[in-house]
Amino acid sequence: MALVARREDALAALVAEIGSAAGDPGRARAYVHDVTRAPETPALFQRICRDLGGLDLIIYSAGVMPPVGEDEYAFEKDRQIIEVNLLGAMAWLNEAALRFARAGEGTIVGISSVSGDRGRRGQPAYCASKAALDTYLEALRNRLRRRGVTVVTVKPGPVDTPMSQGVERRPLLISADRAAAQILGAARRRAVTAYVPPTWRPIMFALRQIPSLVFSRLDV
Amino acid sequence: MSAPTHLPPLSLRAAAPAALPAERLERLWAWGLASSAMGYVYRPRTKDALREVLDTARASGVSVGLRGAGCSYGDASLNAERIVVDLTGMDRILEWNPATGVARVEPGVTIGQLWRHAIEDGWWPAVVPGTMFPTLGGCAAMNIHGKNNWAVGPIGDHILDFDLLLPTGEVRRCSREREAELFHAAVGGFGMLGCFLSLTLQLKRVHSGLLSVEPVSVRDLGEMIAVFEERKERADYLVGWVDAFAGGRRRGRGLVHQANHLAPGEDPEPGRTLRVAHQELPATLFGVLPKAALWRLMRPLLNNPGVRLVNAAKHHSSRISSGRSYRQSHAAFAFLLDYVPDWRLAYAPGGLIQYQSFIPGQRAAAVFGAQLDLCQERGHVPYLAVLKRHRPDAFLMTHALDGFSLALDFPVTAAGAKSLWALTADLDRTVVEAGGRFYFAKDSTLSHAGLRPYLEEERVRRFLALKRECDPEGLLETDLFRRIFPV
Repeated sequence: MALVARREDALAALVAEIGSAAGDPGRARAYVHDVTRAPETPALFQRICRDLGGLDLIIYSAGVMPPVGEDEYAFEKDRQIIEVNLLGAMAWLNEAALRFARAGEGTIVGISSVSGDRGRRGQPAYCASKAALDTYLEALRNRLRRRGVTVVTVKPGPVDTPMSQGVERRPLLISADRAAAQILGAARRRAVTAYVPPTWRPIMFALRQIPSLVFSRLDV
Repeated sequence: MSAPTHLPPLSLRAAAPAALPAERLERLWAWGLASSAMGYVYRPRTKDALREVLDTARASGVSVGLRGAGCSYGDASLNAERIVVDLTGMDRILEWNPATGVARVEPGVTIGQLWRHAIEDGWWPAVVPGTMFPTLGGCAAMNIHGKNNWAVGPIGDHILDFDLLLPTGEVRRCSREREAELFHAAVGGFGMLGCFLSLTLQLKRVHSGLLSVEPVSVRDLGEMIAVFEERKERADYLVGWVDAFAGGRRRGRGLVHQANHLAPGEDPEPGRTLRVAHQELPATLFGVLPKAALWRLMRPLLNNPGVRLVNAAKHHSSRISSGRSYRQSHAAFAFLLDYVPDWRLAYAPGGLIQYQSFIPGQRAAAVFGAQLDLCQERGHVPYLAVLKRHRPDAFLMTHALDGFSLALDFPVTAAGAKSLWALTADLDRTVVEAGGRFYFAKDSTLSHAGLRPYLEEERVRRFLALKRECDPEGLLETDLFRRIFPV
């Protein structure tokens, strides 16, 4: 497997951990990359496929959620959120989509969020980035299904990772390990949309039914 | 390939290699359909276009695999996630001399194209494989053999000269007199030293479009080998079909076909029988059943009881027809694998692999007997087993020796793949122990560890030294090369 992220030291630790757990030091390979550097993506994607000898599953999980104040409208922050959460996903998953379509098989997993289901007052750009990612993934799925390719939209609630630390309320918090297991399960059973944990599905269904005028008065 | 485990820091990646055009990605299959790989496929039609591909490869830091018609059973023409040059577009017959039977062809010309071009002038390719689809570039790169290998050698023995494009861009004209070392290494060099741009071949004079064919039914492996040895002085072609399901006393029972060219005058109408139309395989079976659909009918029989039954029926009917000679066209006799179009599709979804080993004459009966026993014990009985006679040749990466080869077709299934590969590893031991050899055009299972004992260290060293000389950047690679020569 290939791990792509910005921080070399964190990657090296993860590669070592996977290697010792698998009893095969070469099981994971690390690639230092910032998803906002889209022009580098095609060559790196091809190189990873070469190093692995193929590709059958890609999980795009890069995402940022910087804290945003109640009266803060910071365009640079918003731009960063869109670049990482949405444009980075498009840069990588476009590569994967074309490749898998030509191979006639493969699974694309996009890690979106329950936040994509409503525009909440706390995180306008984050919610928008995830809503856009949802729609992009849905369109990919509709394009690629007939080519034998699976596209899974994963919508986690708060996961216990550094990104969510500092967030005041973390309902139905799930550990990163449990979330990862559920995400892999969804990829394996070729789910269309997987809420993580699944309890979020009825909750978000209910929340989506609330009219906007009512929703704007709620404290969510 | 030893890639670093991570990319250098961002600042060092300013001149990162260019990405290849993703639209060129295609899934390419091994001929046996048991493996496939995605590759960036280029289809040059000229030498200059071919050079451009090499430049692209250099700029992208990606290796190039050369592919002809993709008729190697295993991964010899695959280059996963890298560039694959499909040479079938370089398919011009450059020169043909009907008086001498000498042809100069581009590497993408197929065996089928060549014989159709030559036969009406009274010439037939001196060496052909069991199918007419391979390209001559591929045939030369694998140094293929036919059912006459013990008598006339491999195809390389009938190549007069060739132009080889080295990855450096240099073109070398090679023959037995000039660049003799490269000549004997590039033929059989499985595309690792350079790309053939043109090949000059000497064809064989024939006086009829027909061969005289005699089937000889045999009761066991010992008798089959004895029939080969007894007939090899007077036969032009010999091939043995073995019923791999038969065991015990009947182990190795089967049917030998001997074929001979007709002498001048034996065929009253050579003008008619030498016509291409007379050679073409019929498109229907019994005049009605379209053969394009025939592989679908094979499918229900492609299982252990089905093949056992078909083999037994074939064997028993051969007892009756044994010894009764008949005449058959060159194409019908030579290209048995083309008789049922697309028959390998009947092996879907798992495909098939072929295991062909070459054993010195004295040891052949014992080793092949042990191989058939082992296959039966492990429950992996080959659906097709074919025996041929060989002789040594002067090529560096030769697979031939003074002895026999047995080619075993194994169906591959998801559940059985692991035990099948374990079986082939054990078969390897019987081969290496007997001083036997393997053949890159067929191989799917050999590992680095398996290669060294059979190809002497000295040959491997010379081959790799030549590769460094012809291809200093290591631009030419295939999955096969990485499998057996890991860096």
